Amino acid sequence: MLQNRNWIPRVDEKPFSIAYDEHSRLGLSVAKVGRFTEKLFEYNKGDLVGIRGPYGSTFTLPDGVKRILLVGGGYGVAPLATLASQAIVRGITVDFCNGARTKSQLLFMDRLKALDISPHVATDDGSEGRKGFITDVAKELLETNSYDCAYTCGPELMEQKVVDAAAGKGTASQVSIERYMKCGFGICGACCIDDSGKRMCTEGPVVSGEFARTQSEFGRFHRVASGHKVPFNAH
Amino acid sequence: MDISARIGTLTLANPTILASGILGVSRASLKHVFDNGAGACVIKSISLEERVGHHAPNMITYEGGMLNAVGYSNPGVEEARAEFKDLKNVGGPVFASIIGQNADEFSAMAEALLPGDFSAVEAVLSCPHTPGYGTMAGQGTPKSTEEITKAIRAKTTLPLFIKISPDSQPIGEVAKAAEAAGADGIVAVNTMGPGMIIDIQTGQPILHFKVGGVSGTALRPIAVRCIYDIRKSVKIPIIGVGGVTTGRDAVEMIMAGATAVGIGTGIYYRGIGIFKKVCDEMEQWMKKNKVKNLGEIWGCAHE
Repeated sequence: MLQNRNWIPRVDEKPFSIAYDEHSRLGLSVAKVGRFTEKLFEYNKGDLVGIRGPYGSTFTLPDGVKRILLVGGGYGVAPLATLASQAIVRGITVDFCNGARTKSQLLFMDRLKALDISPHVATDDGSEGRKGFITDVAKELLETNSYDCAYTCGPELMEQKVVDAAAGKGTASQVSIERYMKCGFGICGACCIDDSGKRMCTEGPVVSGEFARTQSEFGRFHRVASGHKVPFNAH
Repeated sequence: MDISARIGTLTLANPTILASGILGVSRASLKHVFDNGAGACVIKSISLEERVGHHAPNMITYEGGMLNAVGYSNPGVEEARAEFKDLKNVGGPVFASIIGQNADEFSAMAEALLPGDFSAVEAVLSCPHTPGYGTMAGQGTPKSTEEITKAIRAKTTLPLFIKISPDSQPIGEVAKAAEAAGADGIVAVNTMGPGMIIDIQTGQPILHFKVGGVSGTALRPIAVRCIYDIRKSVKIPIIGVGGVTTGRDAVEMIMAGATAVGIGTGIYYRGIGIFKKVCDEMEQWMKKNKVKNLGEIWGCAHE
């Protein structure tokens, strides 16, 4: 999930993944969730924001890949939609699992349709697709079909289930591990994960599922701006 | 050829040290740095209470190096104790790094954090961009340095290093005050300035705190001069820090009087593998110049 950092003077700077890559234009998907994004939503067409990057590793499509499974939850769908576009161009079959709390929060349904992808959908409240967890849909697909690689981005407990399920079937996987990032270029250490100490802004955020499964921090806790550890809670 | 380094009672496999404030947030991050060839590591500085630090952007690079105003983000002493409680098998000696707003806080930090596996302690009196700490709190004067050093000395028997500011004038007097108060070594230097970079599109300083400490290549000649001046003033060992990016730079600092060198911003330029790269380059230089160990060139700029 190649990411860049956006800056609003005297407000803050935040990392975003790239949701659209259309030749000379890059697009970001921004949800209004806090102080920075609220300010960004006040901006008009033509206003300028600071940008630096891109930083970090990306989802990759190894040579010879024929069929892949993409599992996104909530805002995590953004980089996977970009990956889906790239895969379709290369003639790769894409099975896309799109999960959200509720129908109105399902992202990119039209965009996926335009790519001739019919996403498998689950919502927590059953307002669209199956009522329940998208990970259950993904597990069934992994049982039924043979994939060259599974890709996941979203809430970390969801990611962990996908990575574990893929490993259970002997399927390779790639996962984006989002951590609090300050510098973005591998100096400050805010995004180092246990046990490897690898920096998710530089050696991540996209890592192999195999590697993620060896990290005691993955799916269990993350560090906030101060470095204080906070556990992930199952919802 | 021998590139091991002795800093007082400590022996390092090589003279490269991870500087404080860079990586060093967790035991795992220290191990990652040791695995990449560092001879020692300094943890990210810890205060009594949790600090979130300044808003982003808090680190930016420019053609001469880097500006940072991280503002001492750290989880506080209790969580740090748990994080660094077991440093056996991490790969080498680890320095604790402590900060405080006054001598009493430094004293409390030494008491609270230091029982553990640390090999040494660094007290930072020189951050240029955090209100209440370092040079912004007047800790860079000889008087304040002496007072704080004494307070920590009373609480620990670990080798004690005082990290000082390149903006201290005359810097030798600050080092002398630390030595007289019982310090075992000097870490020279912290970032300089602070400096400011303005984005000309918006007319606004880029760093959220507006100003930040300057590190990297621009700092190096100033750091070398500081080390040279400190060597003339004190007998205790000096860890040279400031813009070390290549083996050549490390050799230069040793010639000025440092016994080991800290590396921080260099990771931005050469990746985390910089520690091994610097050591390899030092060895190549020593081979070419028939230098068998670092003692042969130590402080030679003074002869």
